[in-house]
Amino acid sequence: MAKFTAKPDELSKIDFTPPRTRWMETPVEIREHMFCHAAKPKELDVVGFPNGHEWRPQDEDWKLPENWERMLLEKMSDLLGKYRSFKVFMDICVRCGACADKCHFFIGTGDPKNMPVLRAELMRSVYRKNFTAAGKILRKIAGARDLTVNVLKEWWYYFYQCTECRRCSVFCPYGIDQAEITMMGRELTNLLGLNIGWIAGPVAACYMKGNHLGLEPHTITSSVEFFLDDIETITGIRINPSFNRKGAEILFVTPSGDLFANPGTYTAMGYLMLFHELGLDYTWSTYASEGGNFGFFTTNEMAKRLNSKIYAEAKRLGVKWVLGGECGHMWRVLHQYMDTWNGPADFLEVPKSPITGTVFENAKSTKMVHITEFTADLIKNGKLKLDPSRNDHLKVTFHDSCNTARGMGIFEEPRYVIKNVCKHFYEMPEDTIREKTFCCGSGTGLNASENMELRLRGGFARANAVRFVHEHYGVNMLANVCAIDRATLSTSMDYWVPGVGVTGVHELVGNALIMKGEKERTIDLRMEPLPGKEGAQ
Amino acid sequence: MALKDFLSRNKSAILERWFEKALESYPADTTGFLKQRRRQFANPVGYTTEKALESIFDWLLQDKGFDEVTPHIDDIVRIRAIQDLAPSQALVFLFHLKSLIRERVAGELQAFSAELRDLDSRIDALSLISFDIYMKCREKVYELKANEVKNRTYRLLQMANLVCEVDEG
Repeated sequence: MAKFTAKPDELSKIDFTPPRTRWMETPVEIREHMFCHAAKPKELDVVGFPNGHEWRPQDEDWKLPENWERMLLEKMSDLLGKYRSFKVFMDICVRCGACADKCHFFIGTGDPKNMPVLRAELMRSVYRKNFTAAGKILRKIAGARDLTVNVLKEWWYYFYQCTECRRCSVFCPYGIDQAEITMMGRELTNLLGLNIGWIAGPVAACYMKGNHLGLEPHTITSSVEFFLDDIETITGIRINPSFNRKGAEILFVTPSGDLFANPGTYTAMGYLMLFHELGLDYTWSTYASEGGNFGFFTTNEMAKRLNSKIYAEAKRLGVKWVLGGECGHMWRVLHQYMDTWNGPADFLEVPKSPITGTVFENAKSTKMVHITEFTADLIKNGKLKLDPSRNDHLKVTFHDSCNTARGMGIFEEPRYVIKNVCKHFYEMPEDTIREKTFCCGSGTGLNASENMELRLRGGFARANAVRFVHEHYGVNMLANVCAIDRATLSTSMDYWVPGVGVTGVHELVGNALIMKGEKERTIDLRMEPLPGKEGAQ
Repeated sequence: MALKDFLSRNKSAILERWFEKALESYPADTTGFLKQRRRQFANPVGYTTEKALESIFDWLLQDKGFDEVTPHIDDIVRIRAIQDLAPSQALVFLFHLKSLIRERVAGELQAFSAELRDLDSRIDALSLISFDIYMKCREKVYELKANEVKNRTYRLLQMANLVCEVDEG
C-alpha cells in the first residue's frame, strides 16, 4: 500500500496515471514495506565489515563515509578485474527484452526497474561512465551516468529487491546471470556499511555461534530432545542421536531454521526418524550447525569464511562424508562454490551409502550429498518400508526451490520421494516448475517481516500457480526442499491461497515411514490425527 | 432496448476500455506487459485483472446475489491491496466503470437514466464490498507479520514454557 496523501476535496481531481518519464529521469523513491531495516554497526563490526554506521533507508542522509564514490569505484574496478563474468555481463547485453517479464518481482510489483535488464542497467550505466571510453565521451547517449547518492540509493533499493533466483538467466540468450550482478551490487553496498539487519544479524550470529539463529550447543541439543519426545509420543520409539561424535561415518548438516521454525521442525523430525530406522552411523554438530549461508548475500569472502566451518568440523570429527538437509541457497553454495573456496576435501571419502552401497559420483569432489538423493536411492533399492496411506489426506504439489533447481539441477529426486510416500501428487503448470520455477519471493535474506509487501508481490507468481492446482485438483499441501521456502511460503499461501499448507519432503517421509517396533500410529508429525484415525485419540 | 441489452452488446468494447483504465495505475513501461492477457502464469496480474473485470461486468448484467461477485472483487483487490497504490488508487477501478458506461451510452443517456441510476447503486454497493475486502487484506498483512514472529520462535517459546492452550469455552 502506498501512503495516502490526498485531501478529501482533492480526491476527485486526482490523476491516477503515473508520470511518464524515462527510467534515468525517474528518481528512486524508497517506499515503506519494500525494504528491510538497516544493519546495526555492531553486527558488521563483529565480522570486520567496513563502515558500519547508524542509518535508516527512509532518511534523506544515509551518513555515507567520506570519499564513498572513490571507495566504491575502486572496489568496482577490483571486482571487474577479479570476476570475468561480471565484466562480461556489464558489456554484452543487447537489450532484447527476453528477461524483462521473467522476474517474479517485476510480475508482482509492475515496477519497470525490477525488469532484470533494467536492474542490471542501473549498474551498467555507472560502469559505462567510469570504465568505458564510449561512456566517458558520449555520456548519456551511450547510456552512461554519474555515480551520485541517488544512484547509490537506487542500487540499494533494487539490489535488495532481487532474490538471485536466476530465472531470468534461463531465458537470456547470452546467459547473463542477474544473480551475479546483484551479488556485486550487494558487495558494493556492503562496502559502505549499507547492509540490512536481516542479513547482517544472522551472519554475525553464524560467525560467533555457528548458526544464523545464534543457538548455543545446549539449545540445539535441547531442541532436538523436544523432537525426540514428540517422536516417542507418535511412534512409541525413543531415538538417541549423537552430537559432535568423533569417528561417526557421516556428518549431518541442515539449516538451523529446521530446529526452531514451524513447519521446518517437522522436517527435522523426519530426518531423525529416517536415520534411526536405517541405523545410520551419523552425528549432528553443534558447531557446523548451519547449512545456510547468509554470508553469501554480503561478500564472496564472508560466504567463504562461514562455509569453511563445515569442512573444518568434518575434519575434526573424522567423518567420511557429509550429508546435507533440505535447504535452498545452502546447496547453491555447496554445489558451486564450496569446493573452490575451501576444497578439495581430500581428507574425506567419495560418499557411499552404507545402506545401498551406491556411490554418489556426482558428489565426488564436494563429498556432500543432498538428502533427497540419499533417500531416493534408499527407496529405489527397496530399503524403506513405507505406508503412503498415512498421507492420504494430502494432495501434494512440489515447489522447486530456485537454488536446488537452477543452481544444481535437482528435479527428479524430490518428486520420486514424494510419489513414493504420497498417493496424490499433482504438478503445477510447466512454465512454473523445474528450471522455470518461480521464486518464493523471499530468498537471499529478504525473508524479514518489515518488507512484507515486497514479499507478497514477489510471491504472487508462485502462489498463482499453486492456486491453479488447488482449484483444479484440490491440492492442499505445497512440498519443498528449502528452509526459507517452508517459512515464507506458509505466509504467502496464507495470503494468496488459504487452505494450502507447506511441508518439507522429509516430513512426508517421516509420516509414511514404517519403523521397526513402532506402535500403531494415530497422529502425524504435527500431532494431528492420521486419516481414518480421527477418533483414536 | 433495455440498458442491460445495450451493455451486453457493447461488452467487449467497454471491457477493453475498463481493462486499460485499470492498468493506468501502473507505470507506462509496465502496461504493455500487463496487456498480454491470456498468459495466466507468465502474467498473473494482467490475467487475473481481466478475468475479474469480466466476471464483475457479467454479474452486473445478471440478477445474482452479492455472494456471486465477491470472489471476483477479491481476486483483483487482493493484488492491488499489496501493490504500490494508495487505497483510493487501488479501488478506483470500480468507479471508472460508471464513466465508461456513460461514455458508451452517450446519446441515449435520457432514455436509460432510470436504469443507469439503478446500475450506479449496484456499482456503489460493489465499491463498498471492495472497501471491506481491501481492509481485510491489509489486516491480513499485519497478521502475517505477527504469525511469522511466532512461528520463527515457536519451539523456543515452547521450551521456555511460554506456550499455553487457550480454552475458548
